[in-house]
Amino acid sequence: MSAVAPPASQDVRTIREIIAKHKRWDYIFGVIGIVALMIGVLTFTALFVDMAIDGIPRLKPEFFTNFPSRRPSEAGILSAWVGSTLVMVVTAFFAVPLGVAAGVYLEEYARKNWITDVIEINITNLAGVPSIVYGLLALGLFVYQFGFGQSILSAGLTLALLILPVVIVATREAIRGIPQSIREGAYALGATQWQTTKDHIVPYSAAGILTGVIIGMARAIGETAPIITIGALTFIAFLPASPVTASPPFLNFEWLLSPFSVMPIQMFNWTSRPEAAFHQNAAAAGFVLVLMTLAMNGLAIWLRYRLRKNIKW
Amino acid sequence: MSAVASGATSATVPAEGLTSARLAQRRSRIAGEKAIELTLFAAASVSVFVTIGIVYVLVSESVQFFRHVSLWNFLTDTQWTPLFDDAHFGIMVLLSGTITSSAVALAIAIPLGTIIAIYLSEFAPFKVREIAKPFLELLGGIPTIIYGYFALLFVTPLLQRIYPDLPGFNILAAGLVMGIMIIPYVSSISEDAMRAVPMALREGSYAMGATRYQTAVHVVVPAAFSGIASAYILGISRAVGETMILAVAAGMQPNLTFNPLEPAATITAYIVQVALGDLPHGSIGYQTIFAAGLTLMLLTLFFNILGHALRKRFREAY
Repeated sequence: MSAVAPPASQDVRTIREIIAKHKRWDYIFGVIGIVALMIGVLTFTALFVDMAIDGIPRLKPEFFTNFPSRRPSEAGILSAWVGSTLVMVVTAFFAVPLGVAAGVYLEEYARKNWITDVIEINITNLAGVPSIVYGLLALGLFVYQFGFGQSILSAGLTLALLILPVVIVATREAIRGIPQSIREGAYALGATQWQTTKDHIVPYSAAGILTGVIIGMARAIGETAPIITIGALTFIAFLPASPVTASPPFLNFEWLLSPFSVMPIQMFNWTSRPEAAFHQNAAAAGFVLVLMTLAMNGLAIWLRYRLRKNIKW
Repeated sequence: MSAVASGATSATVPAEGLTSARLAQRRSRIAGEKAIELTLFAAASVSVFVTIGIVYVLVSESVQFFRHVSLWNFLTDTQWTPLFDDAHFGIMVLLSGTITSSAVALAIAIPLGTIIAIYLSEFAPFKVREIAKPFLELLGGIPTIIYGYFALLFVTPLLQRIYPDLPGFNILAAGLVMGIMIIPYVSSISEDAMRAVPMALREGSYAMGATRYQTAVHVVVPAAFSGIASAYILGISRAVGETMILAVAAGMQPNLTFNPLEPAATITAYIVQVALGDLPHGSIGYQTIFAAGLTLMLLTLFFNILGHALRKRFREAY
């Protein structure tokens, strides 16, 4: 026994060395992982701080109430934020009902056949289409074929199509979380499929759908390329006609066909000018835009977190 | 409720009129249900019409374009000057910009995204993951025009300090920032794929004395590879279709180069450049952006099909 001991201790030492080496690698990879994460965090911090330092001095009330101007110190984002708001209204008006209806159809009604398969594959593929291609679609179809022109309506429709897959996927995921017993309960009481859907399925999945809608809208508000492609103007020194009027019929839809600008386009315009003073305006507009998208995405993430914690079927 | 009530009355008074009234009510109810189903189906098929619309617009305008320019010239010409008197239409020029910028971006996004995914899925404590995942999601939600601003006015001056000859517009800065932008797409899908790998596989590996690193690299990653491959494909599609970062920071001069230190125009940046100008509807310049868009679509389609094939080839079922 003792004769065998020395080579065995030799082996033990080698084994220990190997284990130590493997553990070292394990540790090193853990550090590499943290470093990789930190690169993301640092970039974000740099981006945010850089924009805040350049932009915050410009964030005075006039910045929000002035039209763009040739003089950087007088230029503001009035037409841009009004345009963004109106475009978002049109986008939500089309994307939310269409997306929710499509999601409900695919989860609750669709039979397992080739038509359903085609629709599903289509939605997956549309989510991967570059946004500028939607711009080309809108330019060819909405602007020229349908004659909507380079208007708020065209832009809103374009962004609605762009975020449609986001809303559909969110709706489907929210509906999938509802247990089958809820449907069975409704049917047992004699409810029709539509009654079950509108009184149970849609209300119970509303919070999940809302999360998806907010994420989609946050994406739409920052989209630049498709809006440039349909030909939004970068210099707009007037507001579209007011949607609400003092005399009957109180609502006015002229604004739908009005030319417009949006926040990201205003920012793009200022960024691509050579003067540093305009870059400050770009930073200020960008800061407002980042805050808006961060707030919307943050709200969505918080909603989802709340949802996961509270719902116990 | 009403069904119960009418059921009770019909039991006591089995009148002829009442039954037919109930049948009529039932018929109208079924008709209403059918109408609703059809409406919902119409909403779902909008997505199919969007695809048909995209293909129709791109192909019909491109057909007009290829009446003026031969496909051979389009693919082999080494100049892209569609708006000059001496017009050349060599898509290779724009393609080189797209390929170079995507290569730079993916050289950042794929390694970093994969490492972050492995770290979050296999190494990170619960707390770190709960904070890092929403943070990465926020990073992915920032508008690309913001990244463009950052690339042009922060990263480029920073790089110029290291390499003073770098021009103000260059692919490198745009590509680097684009890579950071794509990290969340790669990491979140890869991580989901890795977390879907059954625990038993990891336990088997640990039982054999493997470390976390060995388990991650030799067991989890191969098992999740089909999901990781789709994350990479999505990253590639994002890089190829990215527009604003390149339009802002890479300059918009067409330049046949694979050198990231030079300025260049990509397919997407060219479309933006033309759209910013004032080209008449139906002119050859107007048609070029649809031909460029069609090239972009075919490129992303190619990667999607490749992704599908990869997923099939590496799918592991447990």
